[in-house]
Amino acid sequence: MALPETSKYSQGSVFNGVNPDLASERQTASFSVEKLTAWLDGGAEHTRIRRAVVEAIESDPVFSRENQYFQSQNERYEAAVRKAVHLQIKMREMGWTENGPESKYIYRALSGDFAFLLHRVFMRSIVVLGSDKQIAKWIPLATQYRVIGSYAQTELGHGTYLQGLETTAVFDITTQEFILNTPTISAMKWWPGDMGRSATHTVVFAQLYIHGKCYGVHPFIVQIRSLQDHSLCPGITAGDIGPKMSFEHTDNGYLMLQKVHVPRENMLNKFCEVQPDGTYVTRGTEKINYFPMTTVRISIISDEVIIPLMKACTIAIRYSVVRRQSKLNPGEQEAKILDYQTQQEKLLPQLAAAYAFHFINNYLQEQLDRGYKEVQRKNFDTLPELHACSSGFKAMVTQYCTSAVEVCLRACGGHGYSLLSGLPSLYTKILASCIYEGENTILLLQTARFLIKCFMAASAGQPIPPSVTYLAAVKPGKCPAKSKLDFLNPDIYIEAYQHTAVRLISSTAAKLQDIIQSGVKKYDAWNQCTVQLVQAAKAHCHYISVENFAETVEKLETKPAIQKIMKHLCDLFALHGIFSNAGLFLHDGYLSGAQMDMVTASYLDLLAVIRKDAVPLVDAFDFTDKSLNSALGSYDGQAYQRLYEWAQKSPTNKQISPAYEKYLKPLLHNTLSKL
Amino acid sequence: EALVLNDPDFQHEDLNFLSRSQRYEQAIRKSALMVMKLREYGIADPEEIYWFKSFVHRGRPEPLDLHLGMFLPTLLTQATPEQQDRFFMPAWNLEIIGTYAQTEMGHGTHLRGLETTATYDPATQEFILNSPTVTSIKWWPGGLGKTSNHAIVLAQLYTQGQCKGLHAFIVPIRQLGTHEPLPGITVGDIGPKFGYDEMDNGYLKMDNFRIPRENMLMKYAQVEPDGTYVKPLSDKLTYGTMVFIRSLIVGDSAHSLSRACTIAIRYSAVRHQSELKPGEPEPQILDYQTQQYKLFPLLATAYAFHFVGAYIKDTYRRISGDIDEGDLSELPELHALTAGLKAFTSWTANAGIEECRMACENTVMMLQTARFLVKSYTQVSSGQQVTGMVSYLNDLPRQRIQPQQVAARSVTVRINDPLSLVEAYKARAARLVEAAAKNLQTELNHRKSKEDAWNRTSVDLVRASEAHCHYVIVKLFAAKLSEISNAAVRAVLTELCLLYALYGIIKNTGDFLQAGILTDAQITQVYQRVKELLAVIRPNAVALVDSFDFHDVHLGSVLGRYDGNVYENMFEWAKKSPLNQKEVHESFHKHLKPMQAKL
Repeated sequence: MALPETSKYSQGSVFNGVNPDLASERQTASFSVEKLTAWLDGGAEHTRIRRAVVEAIESDPVFSRENQYFQSQNERYEAAVRKAVHLQIKMREMGWTENGPESKYIYRALSGDFAFLLHRVFMRSIVVLGSDKQIAKWIPLATQYRVIGSYAQTELGHGTYLQGLETTAVFDITTQEFILNTPTISAMKWWPGDMGRSATHTVVFAQLYIHGKCYGVHPFIVQIRSLQDHSLCPGITAGDIGPKMSFEHTDNGYLMLQKVHVPRENMLNKFCEVQPDGTYVTRGTEKINYFPMTTVRISIISDEVIIPLMKACTIAIRYSVVRRQSKLNPGEQEAKILDYQTQQEKLLPQLAAAYAFHFINNYLQEQLDRGYKEVQRKNFDTLPELHACSSGFKAMVTQYCTSAVEVCLRACGGHGYSLLSGLPSLYTKILASCIYEGENTILLLQTARFLIKCFMAASAGQPIPPSVTYLAAVKPGKCPAKSKLDFLNPDIYIEAYQHTAVRLISSTAAKLQDIIQSGVKKYDAWNQCTVQLVQAAKAHCHYISVENFAETVEKLETKPAIQKIMKHLCDLFALHGIFSNAGLFLHDGYLSGAQMDMVTASYLDLLAVIRKDAVPLVDAFDFTDKSLNSALGSYDGQAYQRLYEWAQKSPTNKQISPAYEKYLKPLLHNTLSKL
Repeated sequence: EALVLNDPDFQHEDLNFLSRSQRYEQAIRKSALMVMKLREYGIADPEEIYWFKSFVHRGRPEPLDLHLGMFLPTLLTQATPEQQDRFFMPAWNLEIIGTYAQTEMGHGTHLRGLETTATYDPATQEFILNSPTVTSIKWWPGGLGKTSNHAIVLAQLYTQGQCKGLHAFIVPIRQLGTHEPLPGITVGDIGPKFGYDEMDNGYLKMDNFRIPRENMLMKYAQVEPDGTYVKPLSDKLTYGTMVFIRSLIVGDSAHSLSRACTIAIRYSAVRHQSELKPGEPEPQILDYQTQQYKLFPLLATAYAFHFVGAYIKDTYRRISGDIDEGDLSELPELHALTAGLKAFTSWTANAGIEECRMACENTVMMLQTARFLVKSYTQVSSGQQVTGMVSYLNDLPRQRIQPQQVAARSVTVRINDPLSLVEAYKARAARLVEAAAKNLQTELNHRKSKEDAWNRTSVDLVRASEAHCHYVIVKLFAAKLSEISNAAVRAVLTELCLLYALYGIIKNTGDFLQAGILTDAQITQVYQRVKELLAVIRPNAVALVDSFDFHDVHLGSVLGRYDGNVYENMFEWAKKSPLNQKEVHESFHKHLKPMQAKL
């Protein structure tokens, strides 16, 4: 069985066979890896399509990421543009369409290293916020890349808080145009992807003024570069913002507008419109401006956060069975580092989290699809819950996964620090996800605001949305667990999470009330409670993640082997959360000190159980070697040979170092003074 | 400082826009100049060299770090007088540039696992250095890739058919004059890493490469011409250099964290966002409680680590005096303490970067500390007293006599008194050390293998080490307060000390609650007190980072500028980006335009 799989995953490997240390891990799997993969994909048919897409892309040399780690920012950008352009040709050749079943796998196969991501956001915002007429005009142009779009919201001095934006759009009745302007340096648009060098158009968010009155932030389509020679349009200053911690391939840009005129028809006007005489008409709600952000937030959870974590787990766990270090027992050979309890305690909870968040992503996707249908029918009732939900989970999942990838990186010791391990680029990429599309603290506070509101409503006996009904059923009491085995019962730990979330929300709500009643202004009181509000929002999201994991496991009864290992992972995810946040559960005595010792014991027991299936569990994520692009994490486990071979490719080794002739030689020959 | 900042030779080009090769070249240029200037100004004191260095390289590593920091000190401590005559002056004059090659591709902290061999051949009186496998290739040493022409190589010594363990050898690797690798030597750069772009971390493979017998560092162990092996006094000495490096890392963690705090706090005072009160302008983000909660505990930590770094440096200096006189009794505690503190501070300071210079791994360090703690605990249990930082363990047997020791302790903690908080941390450390030691004992009773038992307890052991290090840091911070004579400075540092200690409690409430050191009600007070402290420290936040006294060029940050003109400078800086060099990027002509024509 090992042979065909090797050839399937490790095409092009110059090494012979699978490292025996890794091969032996695959002999003892308690379940079928292929079946688990199919289930994760949502059915064997999806797995087939995904592999076909991956194969088509990886076999095409234009999409190769082989030299990525050695490239400069300029080279990375050029490669990203080349890939994005080639993708259009490829899609036609393969008969893939934007809405086809293949499209969601294309991104995964390219591992994100291609340009025009914001072009998609540009199109998405037109589809959601534009009228039918605007959609009919712009979408065909964008689809054929007659125009390349970007999405310009963030300003140098302003981020997530939309109302704070300074860019203005003043309606000029005489010419029937909007005049867009950047009044200050902090109002300059800053960060939008694809804008620095590529985009011809962008959706600009600006404060709308009619007859001197401000109507708040609205979206406008603005042309920024000539469609002929790509030079900047009059009144436009734009460029690249310089090197970042990651996303070297993206030309994140700045944009300054000096009295730029755009026709009245360029304001996206599905929900509000400025009529020729300057009358302002709304249809719907201002909240709809947040909808594109909500969808983007949910899509990044999967593409930018969970997949990098799965890759990091794959690399770290495979490497941990190949790497041997010190001796566990005298006289034996050095032990695999994954056999050390401390290494298991680092990596296996991250693996459990990768699964937990994969399932949460399915849950969010369902919510979003439902919400989108409602919005199409002009029913905006579900928006607050959807917005609160997407904000909280975006924050919680990105934060959790960023720490998790960092744990994986550090767990690989020195070699994890080499770019060739693939881990640093996964880490910097995922770290950015904590910040863009809404800074996490602000997002958690939005969730908290929603939770407090629902809690108040529930206390007053009013109906509340489905995801928070537990707030209405507050039960004081103690955890009934009597032995460590009781903590492997999902009812027990779900209730513990529920209890803790409710306690944090209700106590913060009470405190907020107290402060307000003592005469402090509402907003000051809010700021004094924000640290606890953030904690409450996290506890809520953590609780939903645990419960959703347990429910997912329950539905697996037709696949007993997979259900069994998923149950272990679910238990581990839940108990790791209690173990790492013991104080929250001990605080009001819901868990006793003795029960906490039981939690710890069960938690540590699980590590040894899951250890046996660790490699099959990461194999099931089904990443090809090319997509991992890691010298440490390849399917065949030949980590050291690959590391040595890749290092020799480093450009620093190909040329004789200019530093030698210029500086070292005079130094070594003690002729420095003549320099 | 002014010497460097005003010297045109060291003028600043923006590193962010340079490629790796360019960065390396700049670092080499500055290192070469630096050595000349040091000689020119007659700077020889190690501390002064350190400061000079940190200003030339603006806190960045440089290819000569290992030459100055490891190669020369190792020569001084482990070479015989004859060897010093041969190597030290050429190395001092940089005719020899050396590095320190310990880590191998497949082996890190566990020294005994290294595979490189040095086999003595009495016929020619040479050692044959060999890298027998891929995993034995030396990997990571700084300056090895492109800069050095010599390396101190750690290898397993074989003589008269027997393995005598690890020893250090001076190995020439590049031809003097041409700088080409010598026959039998394969050497190169290991490729890009996460940061440290200017450092040419390297690999080294030796194929039966011969060096004269006199190139083994023989101050302690020796191989005689006929191959007879003469044992050293104590093999603990090999650890000496590592202890030294680790103690530097602790200080470096404090330094990196201080810089990060300076940047983040200054920027937070400049950045405005959202609104606190409807209708008012957007406030400074430093006025948000959540932002204070993120940054001030780190600021407090930077100060705490600063004091710890100073403590370790002093202790090291004191103890190394004893070592020279043959007194090795304090070396185990120092080794345990630097291991744990290195792991603890670099974990916390998120400067996990430095650890890679040695490719040592924090968990291993924590377990080294744990081994010492368990040993001390066992000593106490058998009725012996222990000294030093672990002396609190002496109280454990006495406490056990009291039936309700736990409840009796809890009420005494006063959360506004740093010394009382030290006691709380002490109690937590004692409890966790005791729990780990007991769990270890239980495991030992259940299975034959000592090693299995150790492994099955290692998560507990790491927790115990962390608690111990945390205690040491709080203790040193609190002790420092009484030494401050200026009342205003003492007041603000007391607030920081309280914040550091109380924040640590919040992050580990479980430990304090479970052991009954603090009650639920006290934890609620701690939360409250921390939030109050945030507001108290807020007015002094910028002043506290200004006190770190980083020059703008040293910070190298657009956001952290002393003058706060962030946005203007970001714009200026962005305009210099290589992608902006041409108004229309070449990829427009190469890719975009043809695509638009085709589609």
